[in-house]
Amino acid sequence: MKKTTLSQVFFALLKRDLLLAFRHRAELFNPLLFFVLVVTLFPLGTGADTKLLQTMAPGIIWVAALLAAMLSLDTIFRSDFEDGSLELLLLNAHPTSILVLAKVLAHWLITGVPLMIIAPLLALFLGLDQDLIGLLVLTLLLGTPVLSLIGAVAIALTVGLKRGGILLSLLVLPFYVPVLIFATNAIEMAMSGLPVTAQLWILSSFLLLAITLTPWPTAAALKLSLS
Amino acid sequence: MMKFIHKTASPPYFYHLSGLWIPWLGMITLLLLMAGLYGGLIYAPTDYQQGESYRIIYIHVPAAWMSLFIYIAMAGAGAIGLIWRIKLAETVAVCSAPIGAGFTLLALVTGSLWGKPMWGAWWVWDARLTAELLLLFLYLGVMSLYVAIPDKRVASRAVALLALVGVVNIPIIHYSVEWWNTLHQGPTVTKFDKPSIDLRMLVPLLIMAVAFKVYYVWSLFLRVRVELLERERNSQWVKELLKQNKESQA
Repeated sequence: MKKTTLSQVFFALLKRDLLLAFRHRAELFNPLLFFVLVVTLFPLGTGADTKLLQTMAPGIIWVAALLAAMLSLDTIFRSDFEDGSLELLLLNAHPTSILVLAKVLAHWLITGVPLMIIAPLLALFLGLDQDLIGLLVLTLLLGTPVLSLIGAVAIALTVGLKRGGILLSLLVLPFYVPVLIFATNAIEMAMSGLPVTAQLWILSSFLLLAITLTPWPTAAALKLSLS
Repeated sequence: MMKFIHKTASPPYFYHLSGLWIPWLGMITLLLLMAGLYGGLIYAPTDYQQGESYRIIYIHVPAAWMSLFIYIAMAGAGAIGLIWRIKLAETVAVCSAPIGAGFTLLALVTGSLWGKPMWGAWWVWDARLTAELLLLFLYLGVMSLYVAIPDKRVASRAVALLALVGVVNIPIIHYSVEWWNTLHQGPTVTKFDKPSIDLRMLVPLLIMAVAFKVYYVWSLFLRVRVELLERERNSQWVKELLKQNKESQA
């Protein structure tokens, strides 16, 4: 019998998850719609003062992205848990932590990347300076994978529970704070014309840390949830 | 060495030992609290800048220290439980969470009581306050995760895992919040070379800190004993204990 290598399994898993998401296109748009809706609510709630919206734009977009990312976390493991394919994933001879990374990558491609694509449009709605839109997308590019990676730990811990919704927000949101702080701070600094390389380096280091450190607890938590 | 640890960590042995310790721990807590409060509220001189209202630090500062200390203790116990599968360590991790949450809440409440006369606001979005609030959320997350999972063995291991993830994150959260905004006064005690605090103020503070630590151990033992009885209710030693208890009451 021919043995499959780790990278073959990794890409097969990635392809499978992307294909599954593509076949359920309607679900694909849900977090995106949520993102747009939350951002739309802010001008209605605070008044359409252009100056106010402009200063709040990075915060609004990032908080909405944070919530949208959190709401979509459930899709990483839930359906696999219900139909039993998660157990097969754990029984696989290859290290679970790497395979988990494939699932998280698929989740980010499905939810994080669309957020990045739609964010410039929303930034224009809120009157954010056009020069800053590139920076906004860059912070989203560095930040949203961290959200998916950290979220995977929390969702792996709660996947076996019937009502994990509120609990998930309590588990995940405190850990999202550093990303939120540095991402919005980068844009605010750029607004007043200051250099932002420090913030971008810190965000990048968060990303590297999250990629290297979160797969282990995620794999361990999955094993716990299935025991 | 390992044999000694395994013996001490076995639930019946620990139950017996902690039963002997508890009255002493309670007494020491009480004595230290009385000494510390007398020293802090009466003996220590009045601050030339903040007047009498600075005296809240005798509760606030030890509580804030404890809030971090207990989280680290919880994660440490959790790690021991996860690695060596010691039941007692898992129980210690689980039982630490509510005590830690209590100290965190105490630090927040006393801080805001102090903030009203000093800063003119109950709450400001200052770095340390925000970090402390996030710490409270972390504790609440740990507690609700434990409640949510029905199987208590699995639940305590999930809690241990979460506490470990949290302990890696706490410095990151702490420094990012610090960097974000700061208004809180800088640390005055940890500058060991030349403390900017009067010795007569410092000594009661340290006594209070030790009192809070002993209180933690005391209440932890009480909690762990109850938790052990509940978890091991079907085991032989608990049944024997109940039988003895009934006989002594009859």
